[in-house]
Amino acid sequence: MLYALCFLLFMIGLYCAVVKKNMVKITIGILIMEYAVNLFLIMLGYRLGGRAPIVGKEDLAGAGGQVSDLFVSRCVDPLPQALVLTAIVISLGSLALMISICIRTYEKYGTFDITKIRRLRG
Amino acid sequence: MSVPLPVFIAIPLVMAFLLPLFSGSGRKGKAVATVLANLTTVSLLVLAVFSIGKSGVYEIGKWSIPLGINLVLDGLSSLMLLTISVVSAAAMLFSVRYMEQYTAKAKYFCLFLLMVAGMNGVVLSGDIFNLFVFLEIASIASYALVGFGCGHEELEASFKYMVLGSIGSTFVLLAVALVYGNTGSLNMAYISKAIQGSGLNPGLTFALGLFITGFGLKAALVPFHAWLPDAHPSAPAPISAMLSGVLIKTLGVYALCRVLFNVFGVSIQVGWLLVALGILSMVAGAFLAIGQWDFKRLLAYSSISQLGYVVLGIGLGGLIIAEGGNPAWASLAILGGLFHLVNHAVYKSLLFLTSGSVQMSTGTREMREMGGLAEKMPVTRATCTVASASIAGIPPFSGFWSKLILVVAAFQAHFYWVAAVIVFVSLCTLIMYLKVQRYVFLGELPENLQQTKENKGSMLVVMVFLACLCVLMGLLVIVPSLRAGILEPAVEALTDGIGYSANVIKMTGM
Repeated sequence: MLYALCFLLFMIGLYCAVVKKNMVKITIGILIMEYAVNLFLIMLGYRLGGRAPIVGKEDLAGAGGQVSDLFVSRCVDPLPQALVLTAIVISLGSLALMISICIRTYEKYGTFDITKIRRLRG
Repeated sequence: MSVPLPVFIAIPLVMAFLLPLFSGSGRKGKAVATVLANLTTVSLLVLAVFSIGKSGVYEIGKWSIPLGINLVLDGLSSLMLLTISVVSAAAMLFSVRYMEQYTAKAKYFCLFLLMVAGMNGVVLSGDIFNLFVFLEIASIASYALVGFGCGHEELEASFKYMVLGSIGSTFVLLAVALVYGNTGSLNMAYISKAIQGSGLNPGLTFALGLFITGFGLKAALVPFHAWLPDAHPSAPAPISAMLSGVLIKTLGVYALCRVLFNVFGVSIQVGWLLVALGILSMVAGAFLAIGQWDFKRLLAYSSISQLGYVVLGIGLGGLIIAEGGNPAWASLAILGGLFHLVNHAVYKSLLFLTSGSVQMSTGTREMREMGGLAEKMPVTRATCTVASASIAGIPPFSGFWSKLILVVAAFQAHFYWVAAVIVFVSLCTLIMYLKVQRYVFLGELPENLQQTKENKGSMLVVMVFLACLCVLMGLLVIVPSLRAGILEPAVEALTDGIGYSANVIKMTGM
């Protein structure tokens, strides 16, 4: 269910990026897509009532220094969070570039409407 | 292992951020930055030559493989590394003079080297998320470079490219997330092992579709090609050469092959899909190119068409493998595709550089306003003719050999109509380059171009160097030792298919 909603968010972003005529709105659409993917990654690692995957003394079971089953069944997968951090930084970089290109285009053409910005054809 | 793999990414990355420091210090600083940037690309070229025929795995930070990030060098990677470094060294040398027209040279070098670092990273990465990160580094640098001139058209093209490119990257990221959710691993070798164990479930199939769309957008295969004819002509000429020559191949074709062949394993449907995409790109690209009057736009459309050959060859090979056909035919088809990839990198970058040279001298890209430049610019004309002959597949030049291999492979595997399409598109290519020769270099010299002069210095050196490569590249297939050393390991990397995972795991054990 949650995954479906997340996918819906992705499709909303895609729709916005493809259909809208305003450059800023297209940028926002792409951002929504990126957020949807980030949300999806976070949900992959989410666990209800989970805990941080840091091994304390009480988590070690037995003499061999093995991690207890309880710990394994409750701790959260940390990897998606690391991935999302990286993905957010990347999307920040591309957002900054995209916005600056929007601003430069507005200075040249005096409009954000892509139907009016059409010098290239063919 | 003699060549430390992270060096390929670290050198350009460090230099990229070092060079802008020189931007403020006037002429001298600019000269230093130029020399350093060229040294960087040349040293990468030397390293890439040394990495030929080697293979190895590097674990970043000594984290062992399923946990950490790893870099993998195999035949295909070293072939791509070599291609990238040849084209980037040539384009960098060309920019020394060409970029005098623009301001902010140091920033240009910074973006250029970032793009090279990103591409090297994509080629070496053995980790699917890392591949995405490097893909984004290279893409973002290229978006900025397309808009480097900051004119009306550059900005428009850059925005278009960026929107489609970002959608492509987002698709790839979603696919990476789906793969991680389904297999619990990000390492390509381990994902491949997990998929072999469990087979494809709906989630993974969806991810496969997203990968094809995402990388297809980056490679500008025909249904996804809308950005390329705007973006490539708008960039400065050396960047057009980089974009058409290597960027679309590294981010698109290489990544697609790696994921399809080595991670998911090719199926019959995927093979047909690649063949269909290839043929569509070839035919549509060629027809659209013939109608163009803008010199660089014609070249850009022809890139789409030529990339179709590469995808067709590789797809045909995959199809034969998946159908259980003769492995020798499959290797031949893939060999043709990869060889065409390398050839195209050389002659298309040469063509874009000659177009840049013409544009710099005449100030226009409109072919109807040109003519008769053969006397005024003899070297440009000669190199352009060599490259055109190559791309059209005229016998002693490189393009002929790769097309010949593709035709032979298609015949052997009984895909006669594919062979017919290859020959037909080749004829269209010949027509479009005759058009270039006719309107740019032959005919009447217009009044306003009487003062045109040939460009000097580094630009000529680069064009002659690439033209020599065009002539000599045929040796790569004719001389058995060169073929066995450079091309065949790359073919094996793809025909091995999912054997890749076993190889990587074995190499870490060493």
